[in-house]
Amino acid sequence: MNLLLPGMYFAADTVLHRLDPRVKMGAATVLMMLPFAARHPLGHLLTVGLVGAAVLLSRAPWRALLGTLRTVFWLGFFMFFFYFFTTPGRPLVALGGVTVTLEGVLAGALQVYRLCLLAVIAALLTYTTSPLQLTHGLEAMLSPLARLGFPAREMGMVMTISLRFVPTFFEEIETLSRAQKARGVDLSSGPPWQRIRNTVPVLVPLFLSAIRRAEDLAVAMEARGFRSQPHRTRLYRLTLTRADAIAALIVLACGGVGIAL
Amino acid sequence: MPIPFIQTRALEYTYTAEDGQAISALRGIDLTVGRGEFVALIGPNGSGKSTLARHFNALLLPTAGEVWVDGLLTSDPRHVQAVRQRVGMVFQNPDNQIVAGTVEEDVAFGPENLGVPAAEIRRRVDEALEVVGMTAYRHHPPHMLSGGQKQRVAIAGALATRPDCIVFDEPTSMLDAEGRRQVLQTVQRLNAERGLTVILITQNMDEAALARRVLVMDGGRIVRDGPPEEVLEAPEVEGLGLGRPFAAEVARRLRERGIPLPPGLLTVEALAAALRCTFR
Ligand SMILES: Nc1ncnc2c1ncn2[C@@H]1O[C@H](COP(=O)(O)OP(=O)(O)OP(=O)(O)O)[C@@H](O)[C@H]1O
Ligand SMILES: [Mg+2]
Repeated sequence: MNLLLPGMYFAADTVLHRLDPRVKMGAATVLMMLPFAARHPLGHLLTVGLVGAAVLLSRAPWRALLGTLRTVFWLGFFMFFFYFFTTPGRPLVALGGVTVTLEGVLAGALQVYRLCLLAVIAALLTYTTSPLQLTHGLEAMLSPLARLGFPAREMGMVMTISLRFVPTFFEEIETLSRAQKARGVDLSSGPPWQRIRNTVPVLVPLFLSAIRRAEDLAVAMEARGFRSQPHRTRLYRLTLTRADAIAALIVLACGGVGIAL
Repeated sequence: MPIPFIQTRALEYTYTAEDGQAISALRGIDLTVGRGEFVALIGPNGSGKSTLARHFNALLLPTAGEVWVDGLLTSDPRHVQAVRQRVGMVFQNPDNQIVAGTVEEDVAFGPENLGVPAAEIRRRVDEALEVVGMTAYRHHPPHMLSGGQKQRVAIAGALATRPDCIVFDEPTSMLDAEGRRQVLQTVQRLNAERGLTVILITQNMDEAALARRVLVMDGGRIVRDGPPEEVLEAPEVEGLGLGRPFAAEVARRLRERGIPLPPGLLTVEALAAALRCTFR
């Protein structure tokens, strides 16, 4: 797969890839808060520097990262113009009744900068952490809640199975659409209502087969001793390494400084 | 007679359909399967094969009668996990029995459920993958595997609980010729080399001929039980419309053309040997 879609895992062996998923998720959360919490320009500089360093360490292709910005392009575009025109302040130019203010331009730019950072951080997390690792990480982070009766383990199981079946369903959609195309049904053009109607023969069997799979899978899991019981063990246990500790310290320190400035 | 491993006594099972109607799927099964046996279970659609198989690891509990596995009564709730550890199952659809995102995590699923410690799970996963020849694929996601490979992963998943017996419910019916060959070879090897008790449900008479004992079900009863040479060509079994092993069909047509051949030729090898004798 040479095409890197937003949200896709990019298999490589870098420091970032090897970090514990819990640390990465925590760090991503801190980094995502920084562009909103920082007040001083130096704080923002620190944030951008940190994210930039992470980008370099991840060895993620530049093009792909820029590509993720495309996904937030329209949102950014509208946000920019919303702030552009609605923020009161010193007028720069008047365009046929609407006044563009300096404050508006700055506020709009700030929002777009925040949005871009969010997109890049989220992309970095999924590029360097496999879905499986993400699942393990989430499960581990939720597990303290298990004592309060929160079904953390079950949630983990649900996430694992969902991820496991995503490619299966894509294959199935592919097969079903091809069967429709073979009958001369065009799924990709025509008026919208017609296209929607044409997807019904794809969606209905897909839905039925999903139910079928769920039933089969439930039996297979039970046959292998799955119960909603307290003592399941795990093949992999997440363990924190020195690199994890260092990464966590760096991000926390920068976060602290960035907010305090 | 080998040591009994699975025993059923007057086993009956009745499904309750959604409209409340009772469907009697098993009507009195008395069966003993010995340790290390290789048993094929055949019969027309709806004859109750899958229903019987699911009693062997407590997925279903008898409506009447009893099932013992390794001396444990399956209907005793305290024995359920012990029974599931002893009897593994491999199902028909390779896609619908793999749970995890990578091969090795899927194989680990059974031992994880049984609370096996992590280091021991590691050992068992490695061993099970080695046995089915899938070690090289241990980090692969399941959707990158062929049907035959997925079924071998499912077999490894069953092996990882260290069972004494594996029940295969039509494991090859969704596979291509190569996948079928891989799976059958693995099944035969597990039985011959590791003494694993094998119960193979199949619609394919060539596969049934691989077993040393064939059970024929019809209408919720076992109607025939014996070695394949006797059972597969019995007139009442042929009447069920299950077909014949390829070699048996060839032998039948040769006999029709006046070539004298003994009965019970179920494999191509046996047929070839008999032909050599005839034309000597
Ligand atoms: N969940 C169910 N609810 C109601 N009836 C069922 C259910 N499962 C099976 N049956 C019925 O029980 C009988 C035996 O079914 P079973 O699946 O055991 O047969 P089988 O020999 O495995 O058939 P096949 O060759 O099609 O797999 C059939 O009449 C079937 O319709
Ligand atoms: Mg069946």
